[in-house]
Amino acid sequence: MPDSLPADSVGIVTPQSYHFDTPIELACGQSLGSYDLVVETYGELNADASNAVLICHALSGHHHAAGYHSMEDRKPGWWDSCIGPGKPIDTNRFFVVSLNNLGGCHGSTGPSSDNPETGKPYGPEFPVITVSDWVKSQALLADRLGIECWAAVVGGSLGGMQALQWSLDYPDRLRHAVVIASTPRLTAQNIAFNEVARQAITSDREFHGGRYYDFDTLPRRGLMLARMVGHITYLSDASMGEKFGRELREEAYKFGYDAEFQVESYLRYQGERFSESFDANTYLLMTRALDYFDPAYEHGGDLSRAIAAATCEFMVLSFSTDWRFTPQRSEEMVNAMISARKKVSYAEIDAPWGHDAFLIPTPRYTDIFTAYMDRVAREVGA
Amino acid sequence: MRPDLEIIQQWIKPGHHVLDLGCGDGTLLDYLQRERQATGFGLEINPDHITTCMSKGVAVIEQNLDTQGLDNFDDGMFDVVLMTQALQAVRRPDKVLDEMLRLGREGIVTFPNFAHWRLRWGLALSGRMPESEALPYKWYNTPNIRLCTFKDFEALCRQKGIRIKSRRVVDGQHQNSWSARLWPNLLGEIAIYRITRENEQ
Repeated sequence: MPDSLPADSVGIVTPQSYHFDTPIELACGQSLGSYDLVVETYGELNADASNAVLICHALSGHHHAAGYHSMEDRKPGWWDSCIGPGKPIDTNRFFVVSLNNLGGCHGSTGPSSDNPETGKPYGPEFPVITVSDWVKSQALLADRLGIECWAAVVGGSLGGMQALQWSLDYPDRLRHAVVIASTPRLTAQNIAFNEVARQAITSDREFHGGRYYDFDTLPRRGLMLARMVGHITYLSDASMGEKFGRELREEAYKFGYDAEFQVESYLRYQGERFSESFDANTYLLMTRALDYFDPAYEHGGDLSRAIAAATCEFMVLSFSTDWRFTPQRSEEMVNAMISARKKVSYAEIDAPWGHDAFLIPTPRYTDIFTAYMDRVAREVGA
Repeated sequence: MRPDLEIIQQWIKPGHHVLDLGCGDGTLLDYLQRERQATGFGLEINPDHITTCMSKGVAVIEQNLDTQGLDNFDDGMFDVVLMTQALQAVRRPDKVLDEMLRLGREGIVTFPNFAHWRLRWGLALSGRMPESEALPYKWYNTPNIRLCTFKDFEALCRQKGIRIKSRRVVDGQHQNSWSARLWPNLLGEIAIYRITRENEQ
């Protein structure tokens, strides 16, 4: 809990819910008749609505990207390091929109929401959502907010995929796509980790084929395991080494199988906390959206042909120790943009924290992000 | 504007797609974008320069010529490939020249002349590695690991079948002096070469 709000915080924010009752057609062939999106905004939309920036969240993210919901909050929003007055995404200049994606579990319609047709949670009946579907729903949200064209669409990891997809699906509706610690498609190894996570969830006896809501239970164990394996892929060997090393919780080995190493107890704690606060079906859905993302697929695997549709400018950032989405994956994207003659800037930030580095402000990351967004702001007169 | 950049910009036509190898803080590309409506990229490895490029709106790619090469760029995708004051700092200038003319119809290269009289004089007189305004480093920390003279460069071009379309020789302040024109390899400090393949027009 902050005693007082930091000067560079957006302060106390209140999420808002937007209801949509025109059916949305989804990539899987199904449609959702009506749905809600929960949204936070920071800063002021200018008169010509040119200063809007869309924040796209990652796998376990949500709409609460910056500021605090109350003075009792332990922590600010998940990207508070980059969003706020004087921060890279400067809320004195930009109108920032952050939503919980469709299929999420933080207020937007998802598997844990009630299906209006049955009055019971959707559970496994909730359609599989793709990155393209998210972008489509975000475009409908933009219509609702009166935003014809985003100054920038920004995201890290799975959020970066949405920024890239925006540039292909709605080329006229964004000026810049900022794609951080992301990839144009998952590798077999990435999909394999997702599969382990999904197996952990679906093989939990409390999963009940995804209908655990009806049984008044949660597949805690499975979701905890899923989060533990995921969490390992977000960190680097070096950062785990620095944080935990081989440190024991007590002085000597106990010759048993309880959590004796600090890293074990950390992962268990993180997993347990996550399993109480996140919906297992949403986790399945979001990992599937990751697996399916591959804009080159419809273009014979040629990413530069897929990117040909884009007209915005791109900034791509990668992190040196990210082994989940390595700098090579970002470079693949950048090279396709170069081949397609798109305007793109790219930097690989030296940071020890693995994939999580995109959430951690380091001087070079902050400088480069600030420099780019400052120029975006100048371009739109913000 | 720096006089060498002034000379270079005259060789860029409106709408040209250019690649600037070692683009520094993006001054040249920024100018070419604004004044020549050129498009293109700069490659750079210095973090501060990269940040400055981004704030100027110059498309900059963090890429190291020595370790990463230029394989990610397609044949003939640029009208002009530029390299100002960086040829002497790469590990294989000969290969970089080949790559420049693979990617672009034309190359523009500038580098300091190691046969300038002051450098010759300094070496002859003191017996120490020369230093100058254009080459302000010690022998052990200089990034300029492939210094050459105008004559050396021209010999390499001949050997590679590279045609020199034009050459401008300037002094340390990048001024065009009559003496440098008269006796370039002795009196010129920096040369600006416009090169192309023999069979190109």
